[in-house]
Amino acid sequence: MEKRATFSNASIGVLFVAPQILLVFTFFYWPTGAALFWAFTLERPWGGGNEWVGLDNFRQVFADRAYWASITRSLVFAGATTFLAMGFGLLLAVACDRGLKFYQGFRTVFVWPYAVVAPAAALAFRFIFAPDAGIFSALVKSNPEFWNPAQNGYHAMVMVIVCYSWKYAAYCFIFFLAALQAIPRSVIEASAMDGAGVLRRVRDIQLPLITPTFFFLLVISITDSFQDSFSIVDVMTDGGPAKATEFMVYKIYFDGFRGLDYSGAAAQSIVLMFLMIVLTFFQFRFIERRIHYS
Amino acid sequence: MAAVSLSAVSKKFGPNTVVDKVDLAIEAGEFVVILGPSGCGKSTLLRMIAGLEATSDGEIQIGDVVVNDLEPRARGCAMVFQNYALYPHMTVAENIGYALKVAGLPKADRIARIQSVAQMLGLGEFLDRKPMQLSGGQRQRVAMGRAMIREPKVFLYDEPLSNLDARLRVAMRAEIRRLHQRLGTTSLFVTHDQVEAMTLADRIVVMNQGRIEQIGTPDEIYRRPASAYVASFIGSPGLNLLRVNVSTNDGHIKFGDGQLLAYDRKIWKNLQDGPVTFGFRAEEARLASDGRGLSIRFSFSEELGSSRLIYGAVADEEAVLMIDHDEKFSADETAALSIPNSAMQFFSAETGRRIS
Repeated sequence: MEKRATFSNASIGVLFVAPQILLVFTFFYWPTGAALFWAFTLERPWGGGNEWVGLDNFRQVFADRAYWASITRSLVFAGATTFLAMGFGLLLAVACDRGLKFYQGFRTVFVWPYAVVAPAAALAFRFIFAPDAGIFSALVKSNPEFWNPAQNGYHAMVMVIVCYSWKYAAYCFIFFLAALQAIPRSVIEASAMDGAGVLRRVRDIQLPLITPTFFFLLVISITDSFQDSFSIVDVMTDGGPAKATEFMVYKIYFDGFRGLDYSGAAAQSIVLMFLMIVLTFFQFRFIERRIHYS
Repeated sequence: MAAVSLSAVSKKFGPNTVVDKVDLAIEAGEFVVILGPSGCGKSTLLRMIAGLEATSDGEIQIGDVVVNDLEPRARGCAMVFQNYALYPHMTVAENIGYALKVAGLPKADRIARIQSVAQMLGLGEFLDRKPMQLSGGQRQRVAMGRAMIREPKVFLYDEPLSNLDARLRVAMRAEIRRLHQRLGTTSLFVTHDQVEAMTLADRIVVMNQGRIEQIGTPDEIYRRPASAYVASFIGSPGLNLLRVNVSTNDGHIKFGDGQLLAYDRKIWKNLQDGPVTFGFRAEEARLASDGRGLSIRFSFSEELGSSRLIYGAVADEEAVLMIDHDEKFSADETAALSIPNSAMQFFSAETGRRIS
C-alpha cells in the first residue's frame, strides 16, 4: 500500500495549496485568459470596450510577411543556440568529468555565466563585439565591412546567438556534468579495460547513458530560446538592424507595447504558445522513444 | 597466460601510504588470492596491475613487459568488478562482445565467439536481454564472459562474489575454479573472505595495512601462519590468541590468572623468557576427561551442524573451542582443556611474528 499524508479536514489541504493556486492563477491563467480575450477582440480606438472580431487578428498576423520572417528567425535562433549551448556544455562537462588538471577551478568558472542576468551579459557582449573597441576592432580598422552588427543583420544575429549560447552553455554544463558523474566509475573503467580509448568511451558508454539528460536539455533549450531571448535582444540590438534580430517574442513586445496593437500582439502570443506546445509534443513523440531511462 | 611480478610497488594518496613496497611473483597459470580486511590496500594493488591506478613507486611486469606506463588496454588484463560494472544500455551479447567490437573484429567472428563464451557460462538464452533483466548471479556470469572473451593474459577479480547471496557465492566460487582449470589463465583474486581464499587459491597473499604479511599455499597459511595477525584472520574461527609469560627454566607458560601450562622444551627451543602470544586452533584442543589441564569457563555456543563452537574465557581472554555433538557442555561451567604440543603456536609479543 502506498502511504500518503492525509488530512482529516479538507479545508487544511485547501489552505496548503492556496498560495500555489494563487500564484499560478495570477501569473499564468489570468494573463493567458486575457491574451485569449484580446486575441479574439479589437479595442475601440477611443476606448469604451472591446469588439468581438473572431479570427480577424489571426488572419492579419498570418498575412503579415514580417511575422513569418520572425518565425523563421526564431527557429534559426533556437536551432543554433541549442546546438552551440549543448555542444559546448557537453564538451566542457566531458573535460571536467575526466578530471583534467585544475578542473575543480574550471568547474566553478564554467557555471558562472548562468548566474549572470541576461541583460548584464548582453551589455558585456555589446562591448566585446563593438566594432570600434571590441575584439574585432583591429580587423575593422583595415576593413570596416568586416564586422558591423549595427548595420549588418547577419553580424547582429551571430552576436545575439553567441551571447545567448554563452549563457546557456553554463546551464547545459551543470546538467551534463551531473549526469556524467552519476555514471558509476567502474563502468567507465570496465570499458577502459575492454580497450576503449577516451573518445570511444564517450561515444559508446557515456553519451548513451546520459541520453535522458540530453533529451531534457533539448526540450528546455528549445522552449527557453523562444522566450528568454527577449532581454538579450532588447539590450543588444533592439531587434535590429532592419528587424534582422526580431524574434517572435520581441515582435510581440514591439507590436504590443510600442505599436500599441494589443490584439495583434495577443494573437501572436497565442501562436507562439501553440508553436512551443507542438514542438515539445513532437520531441516527446519522436525523440523520447529512442531514449532509455535506466 | 603470463607471469606477473611486482617489485617494491607502492601507492601513496597524499600523505597516506596505501600499498607499501610490495614484492610479489606470480607464476604463469597460477591462481593467487590476495586476502585482507577492507582498507588493507588489496584492491588498490589489483587496480595498479590493471592500470586503473598509477603506481607511486616500484615496477610491475606482466610477461616480460614492464607495464607501469602502459594504458589498461595495452596490458592484456581483464577485470571482473565487484558491482559487475555491466553497460546498462547494451544487451548481454553486446556487453560480452564490446571488447571485440572495440578491437575491430568482423561481426561474424564476434558473434561466433560471443556464442561460445555464452555457451560456456550458460548464458545462451539471455543474449538479447539487458543487464537490468538479469539476476545477480547472471550478471556476474556476464561480467565473467566479458573478461573471458578477450582471452587475456591475466584475469583480475575484484571481490566479484561479495554482492551475491551465500548459496550463489559457493556455486560461483566453484565455477570460477572450474574455469581456471579449463582455461589455465593466470588469475589474481582479491577478497576479504578467508573461506573464498582458502578454497580458490593455489597460493594466498595475506595483506595488512599495505604490506604483505605472508605468502603461501592455503595449507601453509592455515598450519603455520607467519604472524599472529594472519593466524587470527585465517580459519573459521580464527586462531585463539592469549597473552602468556614464558618460563624456560620450568618449561611452562603462565596465563594472566596464574594458571600454568607445561610445554616441551625440546620442541620449542627458540622460546625465551618473557611475554609471548600463545595460540591454538579451536579444533585442535580437547576437553580433558580427567579434569586436568587449562581451565576454561564457557559462556555460550554456536551450532554449526556438523559440530559446535563453544565460546568461553581462559584467564579472562576470549577463547573458542570446536567440539563434537556427543561431548557435553553447559554454560557457566568450568572445564579443563588439553592442548598437545603439536597444537601450540607462539608469536612474538612485540612484532607478532611467529616463533618456531
